[in-house]
Amino acid sequence: MRALKELKIKREEVVVVSGIGCTGRITTYLRMDAAHVLHGRAIPFALGVKLANPKLKVIVIGGDGDILGIGGNHLIHAARRNIDMLVIVVNNGVYAMTGGQVAPTTPKGCRTTTSPYGNVERPFNVVSLASSAGATYVARWTTAHPLQLKESIKEGLTRRGFSLIEVFSQCPTIYGRLNNLNGAPAMLRLLAEKSVIKKGIRPEEAVADWGDTIVCGVFVNKVEEEFSERIRRVTDEGRDNNRG
Amino acid sequence: MGNIFFVDGDGACAMAAIRAGCKFFAGYPITPASEIAEYMARELPRVGGVFVQMEDEIASIMAALGASWAGLKSMTATSGPGLCLMAEAVGFAAMTETPLVIVDAQRAGPATGAASKPWQGDLIQARWLSNGDYELIVLYPYSVQETYEMTIEAFNLAERFRIPVILLLDALLAHARERLEVPPKLRIVERKRPPRGVKGYLPYAPDPEDMVPPMASFGEGYDVKVETTTHNEAGSPKSSDPLVHFKLVKRISDKVRIKEAEVARADTAWIEDAEYVLIAVGFMARIAKVAVKELREEGVKMGLFRPITIWPFPREGFINATSRAKKVFVLEMNYGQLCRIIKGESAHKPLVELNWLYFRPPSPDEIKELVKGEV
Repeated sequence: MRALKELKIKREEVVVVSGIGCTGRITTYLRMDAAHVLHGRAIPFALGVKLANPKLKVIVIGGDGDILGIGGNHLIHAARRNIDMLVIVVNNGVYAMTGGQVAPTTPKGCRTTTSPYGNVERPFNVVSLASSAGATYVARWTTAHPLQLKESIKEGLTRRGFSLIEVFSQCPTIYGRLNNLNGAPAMLRLLAEKSVIKKGIRPEEAVADWGDTIVCGVFVNKVEEEFSERIRRVTDEGRDNNRG
Repeated sequence: MGNIFFVDGDGACAMAAIRAGCKFFAGYPITPASEIAEYMARELPRVGGVFVQMEDEIASIMAALGASWAGLKSMTATSGPGLCLMAEAVGFAAMTETPLVIVDAQRAGPATGAASKPWQGDLIQARWLSNGDYELIVLYPYSVQETYEMTIEAFNLAERFRIPVILLLDALLAHARERLEVPPKLRIVERKRPPRGVKGYLPYAPDPEDMVPPMASFGEGYDVKVETTTHNEAGSPKSSDPLVHFKLVKRISDKVRIKEAEVARADTAWIEDAEYVLIAVGFMARIAKVAVKELREEGVKMGLFRPITIWPFPREGFINATSRAKKVFVLEMNYGQLCRIIKGESAHKPLVELNWLYFRPPSPDEIKELVKGEV
């Protein structure tokens, strides 16, 4: 909201779309156009909005379960298309709303309600996934980096193309409790301690592990032709052909 | 007289969609519906519309719903397996009262089944697709001409009631070319919008007239809320308030139910003095009509009753058409779906089930063979 205010973007120019999850509920708190849609389906809904009215700025906010689990296919295809939207993935490493089940982002070995003996799966590296799928802006911050995050959001709102910001966040009530991380302030301190800001590294080198290092920063920022503009051009040419 | 075309059902459907004002199509390739997407990909840009091929059917319907909220008349087309994937989003469309037209060009199932073979297997699926209680409308044309007219009607009903409307096509009709006369004048319905500059717009506050709330679009300054959870008139989630849920579920159903008699449609032939009535839908009714005509000529007083809306089922028309009949036959290319619908909607008559379970449709002679011994 601060980013929008600082950029002097009018609220009727923005649509916020979210799916289901702890983060998904954010749309219900906003006084602006917003859609709280099906679990995992915020990105394709937002794509429809953007293509139907390219003047709108479209923001998708969701959790890791929503965007990387059930909605993972939509994420990679939206990144591939380079559709102009800002996707903010709030990654707490767990399906929290449903009571703390293992997620595609849960670190290996971590305990959740469905990995009581420790997670046997490897987690996604969101930064590396999004950039290899074609996202033209990819950044990672944690909840301990509010200022850098705000700047990234401003960048995502002003540039044209598919922007993804991963926000490492704490879930003290479930994830923290099951993994003995001693509550929200301690987890926030841990995020600050473990995170390292790096510049000029490749996205696949941007490791993120609660137990080791969380590499933060902006890893991709490039200009490529945007999808809704390309579609609009086809439409304009189609109209001209129709006249001719 | 209107312009004359020689097109297949898919083509007539796409032409009509554009005529109805459709400006957005999102879809995923599937036989036998792909030609609709191909037509839309070619023609929509010419009328300033947008076509997009999505990564799957879930993404297709969600994109179409997003476009609908951005103010465009919107559509997707698929076949039974794709409709399965759209199930949750159909409930979402009903819950958020989003106008949308979904074309289902049916194929033989279950599962992947037989892609290009005709089957009337989605009659119940189309209606009871999603979880929970809601109403939608299912239309079933039987000719290329009617496909054109029903597609226009599908958009009109979707916009009028703010609901998803499903148009069922037969694989045979989707790919069969026939004469189409495009009517020069048509009634096109636009969605009801809130008054300009209104303060405190409530996206789910029903119009007392017809229970359908006026619909604002994104980007107009109304603070539109699209809300998938149980919500009040403002669109705020109230999933622990039983009264809010009760009122919402009742209203999204009743807004269609109160107009059921007006929406329900059926066609009849030789019904006035019929001792026997044959019921069939879609292309099966075309063939049945020939069989009934021939039976008439042979002295059997048979009539034909053809529901055009499967949901709502034309109950009154059915009762009128069959109340004097000695026997009622239901001919369908599936294992008894229409029979179950009729029994559920109007249990006033026993039915003779005629289930045709072959890939090719029956000939009129074969239909006559099926009813012989019963008349």
